[in-house]
Amino acid sequence: MTMTIAILLTVITAATPLVIAAIGELVTERSGVINLGVEGMMIVGAVCAFAAAQMSGSPYVGALAGVVAGAGYSLLFGFLTLTLVANQVATGLALTILGLGISAMIGENFVGAPGIKMQPIAIPGLSQIPFLGPLLFRQDLFFYLSMALIIGVNWFLFKSRSGLKLRAIGDNHASAHALGIHVLRTRYLAVLFGGACCGLAGAQLSLVYTPQWVENMSAGRGWIALALVVFASWRPWRLLAGGYLFGAVTIGQMHAQALGLGIPSQLLSAMPYVATIVVLIAISHNRRTTLINTPASLGKPFVPER
Amino acid sequence: MKKLALALAASAATLFSFAVSAEAADKTKVCFIYVGSKTDGGWTQAHELGRQQLEKELGDKIEAPFLESVPEGPDAERAIERMARSGCALIFTTSFGFMDPTIKVAEKFPDVKFEHATGFKTAANVGTYNSRFYEGRYIIGQIAAKMSKTGTAGYIASFPIPEVVMGINAFEQGAKSVNKDFKMKVIWVNTWFDAGKEADAAKALIDQGVDILTQHTDTTGPMQVAQERGIKAFGQASDMISAGPTAQLTAIEDTWGAYYIKRVNALLAGTWKAEQSWDGLKDGILTMAPYTNMPDDVKAMAEDTQRKIESGELHPFTGPINKQDGSVWLKEGEVSEDATLLGMNFYIEGVDDKLPQ
Repeated sequence: MTMTIAILLTVITAATPLVIAAIGELVTERSGVINLGVEGMMIVGAVCAFAAAQMSGSPYVGALAGVVAGAGYSLLFGFLTLTLVANQVATGLALTILGLGISAMIGENFVGAPGIKMQPIAIPGLSQIPFLGPLLFRQDLFFYLSMALIIGVNWFLFKSRSGLKLRAIGDNHASAHALGIHVLRTRYLAVLFGGACCGLAGAQLSLVYTPQWVENMSAGRGWIALALVVFASWRPWRLLAGGYLFGAVTIGQMHAQALGLGIPSQLLSAMPYVATIVVLIAISHNRRTTLINTPASLGKPFVPER
Repeated sequence: MKKLALALAASAATLFSFAVSAEAADKTKVCFIYVGSKTDGGWTQAHELGRQQLEKELGDKIEAPFLESVPEGPDAERAIERMARSGCALIFTTSFGFMDPTIKVAEKFPDVKFEHATGFKTAANVGTYNSRFYEGRYIIGQIAAKMSKTGTAGYIASFPIPEVVMGINAFEQGAKSVNKDFKMKVIWVNTWFDAGKEADAAKALIDQGVDILTQHTDTTGPMQVAQERGIKAFGQASDMISAGPTAQLTAIEDTWGAYYIKRVNALLAGTWKAEQSWDGLKDGILTMAPYTNMPDDVKAMAEDTQRKIESGELHPFTGPINKQDGSVWLKEGEVSEDATLLGMNFYIEGVDDKLPQ
């Protein structure tokens, strides 16, 4: 029992940053913008969060700094792709490369500094429930936020008027524009939201996952988050499930090795990606669901006629 | 992706460090090429500390510029060639993957001398150097067997290359010399440098009843987990005591400084020759961080073993040793040849893992 809880707790820690970063990117992509700079925004968030936590002594200040840094950095992407109409794919990639470099520069003085770990907050009453209590109600801020984000974004996209507008822009920006919806303004906000989430996910890495700063510590998790959005076919609840599946496979392969099951570790490491490809094949097989869920204007530039 | 990023960083670093080192041309130039960032907290940082020690010792006669974050591959060749062209008399290339580029550039610049870390290819102007890390791993294996209550240690391994396999075997040898039934769980993370993944591996091992951790990866992730979960661990490449003040028992530290000073002195004296150097504890290229967080008798045992290895009285790979499948590798009293160790691709008896092929 305690071992099951311990394992599930590590799965949650591994899945949380993926879920947070991916839900941000999901909103961005729903508005029709594809930002491949997730990895870069995460790493910038991670280093800024670590630095701010070191200087202030508070991991919460750190988390906030991560959010601000991620959002601020995504603004650069917004300006280049929305205002200057640069190619989104190329700009996103550049953002990742630049982010890795900038973070290494900012973080140089923080390498080896003992980190400040954000402590879990036990919710009175609920945390006493056997099994579920320690898993779901004795967690750190990032876990609670990840759940709130999933519920909030799901409501926003499918139950609110603004969410409908955002989806309309993502599906056909010309029509949305003709209807008088502010395409660029909405897309800016969606990009900013995505950046803020990635920054938050980065902060989780340097404040909870491994409370320290090491260069390139996001180690490809931004790319997994990007894959997750497609994996989830742009639906928040599927994204949550996918994130936990990825987390479970990551941790599961470690346990399989430690138990000496004899399954090649390389094969196990590749499992999340294999799963993504399988899902991609499955969703593209059914043309109807593909059309319903994929933002039709994804990646296409929008230049308002004047 | 990552490669592209590194390439950009490398070219930026190239421009920068050459701008810095353009002056003071009358001093002998001794140059360094690093695969990682000089503040990585592990492998590259250890080389950087060695370089700084060299500068401190011989700074009036030499200057020692460096290039960091140079990716292994075609970029490395270009970076090494630029260094050779810029007037470096001796170039240290400090990663296994720089082997072929080093050899290629060395052919074009017969007057420049090269030293390549951890490789096996040499030429008239290319020497190699490495450290007998396994000596340290034998000692920590002994400590682990003494300290563990569950009788099981966890080993976080990077890639199944001889260097790493040799380390696992040395650890097993050390542990077995204390406790015949000692067990070891191995997790291959297939990376040198991913704090999150290394920490995940550490957590999985601890959840499965391991109460001592050792790693052959470069971040302090596992040490931090050990500290948090209240178990013991060994540092790798650099002293990791700041990440695990009550967790670290000792660390195998790479201390290249003494070697760099020795070789540069030879260069200045005109006696430099291409050699295949493989030094260990006795030469000071490898040191053990202070033995802490352990009872006095364990500490005394560790110090005693270290002394015996330094004096040559004890070689970690002395027979009888069987291979994992039970076949004889070394007979009673037989000591392994260096060549076998450098190409090690098998486990010894007692290692409870299947070697990835």
